[in-house]
Amino acid sequence: MGTFYTLEFEKPLVELENRIREAEQGVSAPGAPIGVEGVEESAASSAELEDLNRQHAKLLEELYTDLNPWDTVRVSRHPNRPQTWDYIEHFVRDFGELHGDRRYGDDPAIITGFGRIGNHKCLVVGHHKGRTTQERIACHFGCAHPEGYRKALLKMKLAEKFGTPIVTFVDTPGAYPGLEAERRGQAEAIAVNLREMARIKVPILSIVIGEGGSGGALGIAVADRVAMLRNSWYSVISPEGCAAILWKQANEQTNRSAADALNLTARDNIKLGIIDAVVEEPLGGAHRDPDGASDLLRDWIISQLDELKAKSAEELVEGRYERFRNLGSFHETTPEPSESASTDA
Amino acid sequence: MSQTATRSWTQVQTGTKTKSSIPEGLWLRCPGCSQMIYRKQMEANLSVCPECGHHFRISASTRVEQLIDTGTFERLFANVESNDPLKFKDLKSYRDRLLAEQIKSGQTDAIIAGVGFIKGRQVALACMDLSFMMGSMGSVVGEVLTRTIEHATEHNLPLVIVSCSGGARMQESGLSLMQMAKSSAALARFDDAGGVYISVLTDPTTGGVTASYAMLGDVIIAEPEALIGFAGPRVIRQTIRQDLPEGFQRSEFLLECGMVDQVVPRHDMRNQIARLVDYAGG
Ligand SMILES: [Zn+2]
Repeated sequence: MGTFYTLEFEKPLVELENRIREAEQGVSAPGAPIGVEGVEESAASSAELEDLNRQHAKLLEELYTDLNPWDTVRVSRHPNRPQTWDYIEHFVRDFGELHGDRRYGDDPAIITGFGRIGNHKCLVVGHHKGRTTQERIACHFGCAHPEGYRKALLKMKLAEKFGTPIVTFVDTPGAYPGLEAERRGQAEAIAVNLREMARIKVPILSIVIGEGGSGGALGIAVADRVAMLRNSWYSVISPEGCAAILWKQANEQTNRSAADALNLTARDNIKLGIIDAVVEEPLGGAHRDPDGASDLLRDWIISQLDELKAKSAEELVEGRYERFRNLGSFHETTPEPSESASTDA
Repeated sequence: MSQTATRSWTQVQTGTKTKSSIPEGLWLRCPGCSQMIYRKQMEANLSVCPECGHHFRISASTRVEQLIDTGTFERLFANVESNDPLKFKDLKSYRDRLLAEQIKSGQTDAIIAGVGFIKGRQVALACMDLSFMMGSMGSVVGEVLTRTIEHATEHNLPLVIVSCSGGARMQESGLSLMQMAKSSAALARFDDAGGVYISVLTDPTTGGVTASYAMLGDVIIAEPEALIGFAGPRVIRQTIRQDLPEGFQRSEFLLECGMVDQVVPRHDMRNQIARLVDYAGG
């Protein structure tokens, strides 16, 4: 916990944590006086410690129950939050990374490879932001280039050929906006993924594990089932981007307003039908308990793969089409005789 | 798309005042050659500058008139209207914005779709309208496009989509994003059925529209000097902290990068589309 990064809204927790640490020292201090008095003192400290721990748990629950959208965005970007590589290390056994798009290069911002989750062989595809500074720069902070999206598709086609399900982890602020990315066809790369993922004949599961930023996220998230971790966000634009445009400037207050307006939390997205499930995180967020978060995510993935693998290729592709086909909210002023497909969200 | 939406919305804000399309008045100064040109003459010339060939932006209805054989267009899916599903409100509410745009443009949203003939060849056609909220794609645009694609699949028609858009519509957030997947999935089915899709990119085509159906044409045609990209130039400049080369993200640049098949002037558009439809017929 030495380098633990503290979010603004978590400051009261840190205060409590410091007091707990002090109390702990009091309880377990070496060479504490032995004797009647000492024992009493120690007992008093344990009671105090227990009380502090109770307060801490209570505060944690208060802070993290119904976390507001902007603070959720901050938790989703927490530097200690587990990333694709962390999940792979935690629950993908026998993982073998596959590199490159066979066209231009190998983008480290998207990881692909085969491995086993529970009893299921699968292809894992995920954005990676990078854990060290050096890695973060190489990964462009999780912003993939066209070759990343093309690598993802190439390996997904391979998974289709192998009859292996696909699991994708979404964690990107957005696809990289750069000169070379444009030159090499960023838009085309994402577009082709959307079309091709729609007709891949093996099960696809996608989980937004941190940031689900726009087309760069969707580019690996056209799936049979889409889930979000409790403290992730998924939207057409980041709150800062939206604030800068619609509120004319991005600052603490407008970012907060934009985050509210964008309906970007897991709770919002499930209401809109954009996702199918919310995967819970341990109380206080995945960054506090990466192992606990990994276990919850692994269990959800296994349960979904058990179900999806029972479906035929036709059922899968048909179901995936209908899933996305029905998304949208509109009405028809003069109903056409054929059908009314209005979905009021 | 966060990046391009930035650009598009800046234009929408100022666009209503400065009229990024064609300013009013009998005469106007061409942004291409700075000559004063006679509006009626320019409009009669398919809204192309008679002096330098600059392509002015045109509305979806003008586009339909220019492309489709006179009297053969049958509009479809015109009754699909937005719900404001998020009750979105920034400095102005989405509801008010929509209403103002509807009054200004006389359209219910940023797309016109239907069937008609191009030089005697029947096609399904969808044209986006830049004048309506910068041609942004929300549920209505996504639904109308998808129905048009499904109609083309069902009736075995060649599909022509003319794009011009700032990207996905922020005011419908995730639902706008999902229209990218929805329309692209419909194109996968159309492709499976052997349909031919000609995508026409006009100034500007950016963001989530470029990153979905616009770049999925079997043949992709761009009008000259149209801005076409994923991220907007301003965001790219901010990200890479250097100036962008002359002509970056213009049609001719995309041609050079291998991203479009042809750059076709407006005067030749009908010919080229008809020609491709003939080749697609075997
Ligand atoms: Zn001119």
